[in-house]
Amino acid sequence: MEHGTYPGARRPDRRRRVDSDGVSISVVEWGDPDDPPVVVAHGGFDFAETLDVFAPMLADEGWRVVGWDQRGHGDSDRSELYSWDADVRDAAKVLASVSSDPLPLIGHSKGGSMVMYLAATMPQRVRALVNLDGLPSGAGMSDVSERERIRSIRGELGAWLGHRRSLVGKERRPGTIDELAARRGRMNPRLSPEWLRFLVTVGAVESEDGWRWKIDPTMRFGGFGPWDPDWSMRQLPGVAAPFLGVLGLEPEVMGWGTRPEDLDRYLPPDARVVALDGVGHFVHIEQPRRVADLVLEFLS
Amino acid sequence: MTGDEPTWLQHHRIRLALHRLDPGRADLRPLLLLHGLGEATPAAVPAHIHWPGPVLGLDFTGHGRSTVPTGGGYTAEILVADVDTALEHTGPVTVVGRGLGAYIGLLAAAARPDTVRGVVLVDGPGLAGGGTEPGSPSIVAPFPGAQAPPDPYALVELARDPRPSSYAQTFVRFLLEESDLDEPIVVDTLVRPPWVQAVSAEPGVVERPLRDALARYAELD
Repeated sequence: MEHGTYPGARRPDRRRRVDSDGVSISVVEWGDPDDPPVVVAHGGFDFAETLDVFAPMLADEGWRVVGWDQRGHGDSDRSELYSWDADVRDAAKVLASVSSDPLPLIGHSKGGSMVMYLAATMPQRVRALVNLDGLPSGAGMSDVSERERIRSIRGELGAWLGHRRSLVGKERRPGTIDELAARRGRMNPRLSPEWLRFLVTVGAVESEDGWRWKIDPTMRFGGFGPWDPDWSMRQLPGVAAPFLGVLGLEPEVMGWGTRPEDLDRYLPPDARVVALDGVGHFVHIEQPRRVADLVLEFLS
Repeated sequence: MTGDEPTWLQHHRIRLALHRLDPGRADLRPLLLLHGLGEATPAAVPAHIHWPGPVLGLDFTGHGRSTVPTGGGYTAEILVADVDTALEHTGPVTVVGRGLGAYIGLLAAAARPDTVRGVVLVDGPGLAGGGTEPGSPSIVAPFPGAQAPPDPYALVELARDPRPSSYAQTFVRFLLEESDLDEPIVVDTLVRPPWVQAVSAEPGVVERPLRDALARYAELD
């Protein structure tokens, strides 16, 4: 396979930038600019071009697909601070740059929680909502004793502060395309080496000493804070727009392990949930054709 | 105020101002003041604070003379890391936190039970935070371009930061278990948002006027 290519992958047709009060956000688009828009939010530690196979499938069926790199990810600015509030504020700026009419929103993983949040804050802007394995539940959190729970939170806090202390001047570790692909493969064990190598060529930059992922080295799994999965899920029952949820049932390190029955008490009327057996957390990357067809049918 | 230039500490991309309000006796443990939401370290040691050692004050990110970041993104956790950056420089201190600084001081003490030799929680702006859980979701943005301290993003974002009682309790319990002090946490607030009620209800947390608390902490090694 040629360097920097992947079967079915198409780089964005257009690129532009949106200013979010001094933080420059990279926006990418696939498809005819006059087609109806659909906005797609990527997951944490991803970037818009992880949609390079999935987005063209929607574009080829008559959609203007708009994605953006969340702050600190991909080609957007790194900022001093990162938070949920900042991410959804940036998202609202991107949305405003696309259209003032209601439009469909799609989100994967963290992006799925973001589009549910956007639908709750600006319901008048959302025509339909698609959540790709971004429905958090406590299913993956095992029962632990109070004492273990305190130890665990204390451990997270200590590790996080250690990380903060280590950051001054920190850069991502350089490597070859294969090395970066292998590192990412530890977080994405179900994705093919060919795909991961392609991702390096669009999500990393090459300099004299090798390739580095563009993502801000500040980003780290497992911050600490009082977040509860229910805080995200409680946005769901009130969603008035048509809702499609897609779950990948294969347990995976970055997924929530959410089962269809975990969603029963949250689903709004007429919501549709499709659970995919044998598919992991990155449903739209593992099975782009199948998920694109589900989404296209839902949006039609 | 001594008129000294603050000590500048680097917390990743943020430059933090650590002020020395009173040199005190250099062989004694410093007192570290943490200001409330929207405040800054005071120019002089407040009249009601009596401490024999050095008196220091940290300006949080976006406050006082510390860096005002671009485009917001504040969390209580990042301010805890501000304090941790200061602790790495100061070594053992006793902490007095006002309002938001009380909450941050408590978490920092739990994170570094050997370095924080007593924390006193007192009234001040931002004590309540955003309540025990998020309210209706909203997208908050101050007037853009107002990049001066106190950062308007800090004011709107930290005023809605959720503080579940169980979360604060977790850190209190850890601190009580880990600290070798008999009374590592003193509460002296008139205002009692749920997280403060939960903290003060924990066996081992004491209620005592600030003046007395500082007098006792000053006696500790």
